[in-house]
Amino acid sequence: MKRLSPFNITSLTLGFAFLYLPMILLVIYSFNSSKLVTVWAGFSTKWYGELLRDEAFLDAALVTIKVAVMSSALATVLGTMAAYVLVNGGRFFGRTLFSGMIYAPLVMPEVITGLSLLLLFIGIGMDRGVLTIVLAHTTFAMCYVSVVVSSRLVSFDRSLEEAALDLGCNRFDAFRLVTLPIIAPAVISGWLLAFTLSLDDLVIASFVSGPSSTTLPIKIWSSVRLGVSPEINALSTMMIGIVTIGVITASLVSKRKSLNAQKDAQAAERAA
Amino acid sequence: MGPLRPCLFFYLFLRGDLVAKPSTDTWDKEFSPWNDPDEKPLIRFKNVTKKFGDFVAIDDLTLDIYTREFFALLGPSGCGKTTMMRMLAGFESVTEGTIELAGQNIADVPPNQRAVNMMFQSYALFPHLSIYDNIAFGLKRDKLPKDKIDARVAEMLKLVRLEKFARRKPHQISGGQRQRVALARSLAKGPKLLLLDEPLGALDKKLRQDTQFELMDIQETTGTTFVIVTHDQEEAMTVASRVAVMDEGRIIQVATPGGIYEGPNSVYVADFIGDVNIITGTAKAAGESKYYVDWGVNQAPILATSERPFSDGQECHLAIRPEKISITKEKPEEAENAVQGKVLDIAYLGNLSTYHVELPGGQIIKAQTANTRRLSRRNITWEDPVWIRWNATAGVLLAE
Repeated sequence: MKRLSPFNITSLTLGFAFLYLPMILLVIYSFNSSKLVTVWAGFSTKWYGELLRDEAFLDAALVTIKVAVMSSALATVLGTMAAYVLVNGGRFFGRTLFSGMIYAPLVMPEVITGLSLLLLFIGIGMDRGVLTIVLAHTTFAMCYVSVVVSSRLVSFDRSLEEAALDLGCNRFDAFRLVTLPIIAPAVISGWLLAFTLSLDDLVIASFVSGPSSTTLPIKIWSSVRLGVSPEINALSTMMIGIVTIGVITASLVSKRKSLNAQKDAQAAERAA
Repeated sequence: MGPLRPCLFFYLFLRGDLVAKPSTDTWDKEFSPWNDPDEKPLIRFKNVTKKFGDFVAIDDLTLDIYTREFFALLGPSGCGKTTMMRMLAGFESVTEGTIELAGQNIADVPPNQRAVNMMFQSYALFPHLSIYDNIAFGLKRDKLPKDKIDARVAEMLKLVRLEKFARRKPHQISGGQRQRVALARSLAKGPKLLLLDEPLGALDKKLRQDTQFELMDIQETTGTTFVIVTHDQEEAMTVASRVAVMDEGRIIQVATPGGIYEGPNSVYVADFIGDVNIITGTAKAAGESKYYVDWGVNQAPILATSERPFSDGQECHLAIRPEKISITKEKPEEAENAVQGKVLDIAYLGNLSTYHVELPGGQIIKAQTANTRRLSRRNITWEDPVWIRWNATAGVLLAE
């Protein structure tokens, strides 16, 4: 092991402190037994218990997960389709314009997206509720999906699809049996991205949500305005925990995959 | 010179210059459906034109390919050979004209319904499927029963000698093995026609040569008609029953490998296939099917035979392969054509030596000799004055 110079140690410490100090504080205070957030009064898990008994929070969590599952699924399908057409559709009229436009929502301020969707829903007389949030989240998440998927499709060998057609597939079967399995990692990471975006969206959801459909971020935001409660700390800690487990699992899986690929390559060399 | 004379004669006999050549049309006596007027072609291109925008990729092309042929499309990149193949597979539409497969116009038949399979240049093996599933892919699309698929895949694996690798994924086998899987996959459905797009391009030279013979064996065993696209003339000559030499969307010549090599119809073909000397001059009749070629100031005219007629004074090009020209230090007696020159360069290739001989006019002629004897004393060296000679029948007289 190489020893780090004092300068490197300092910058490393500062950087990580900057990133993680707020979160560490939050985690610590979620185990505070005092109701006052800033005063440490001993270790306790009572706020976790309170949280699980708080129906408003549980409802919000349920709504959030429902919205995230539905909108990410929808965004994945639509985004993949859009990417496929834009990459493989050849040079049809207006292609450049379309491929530019699909990325526009990425840079559009969320406030504007939210406001325009609100106007649309009011205009067509749609009651605001879970459905409107799902639609709104699909709208902005599908461009992220399409960006991720189209970057994979660009390097996709078109002759694979031609081979499938040649061997008797129709266009849909060729996509389902050959293209989709190969680009699956990109589709999955697009879906994950859409899911997380939907989970933590506050701005757009607050425009298009109705009274019966409060998502978790809206709930947290509104209760914090009344004062930070230790319950919120507990909730946030749980979310951090879930995200951490997810990230670690994903990186372990991909690491194992690359190890297997290495082994395969060695086996192929021996076979040759 | 007395005792040497019979030897020289025998040598010339062996080289075939003195023996009457079979006409190029009857080169292959065992298999030549293209000479049989009753034979129906499997594929018929009728005045096919293909345009990409303003670019003409295939220009009014007419061609017949017969059942069980191993047909090679040969040409430089961009000559339209791949476009022709993709039109046969159904990936490109025809702008004008028709393509018939077994008498049927296939313009409106989508690729998945043609009795044509293709082996892709990149092999296009499905990376997420095992070798077994790759080969079974086309059979499964036909909804065959499981035991039939199993039997057919096993047969194919045996054909390409990959029985042990059925469970592997494509990235777990070597390049040569991948090439064989691609071949097995495209043959599994028993197509009427197999298209091979530069099938050996990704293999190294030694493996490529072995695989060429393997391809020929497999073509013979299965009896499938093969159409191969290649830019490698050696490969085309080795594997094909007939070769079509293409340039800029047109077919310049279609003939057997022997016909293409010994009887090219143009300077382009002569130059594209193998090594050749081109001597340009003007023709003058010298008896039946014989012409004198005036080719340089202060040079005796060259005597050449030609089936094609030339008018007096017509510009013509004499194409002679280097191995048809012999080189000696002494002036040869009774040679039909003999010219003196100076050795400029010697390329020693082991089995052959090629001499670059500069003629007084500045033209350089390549003459090739087989090094039939080991450790033979090479008495010709750089800057030596030498004589080169060839027979009237050695070259081909071309108009363009």
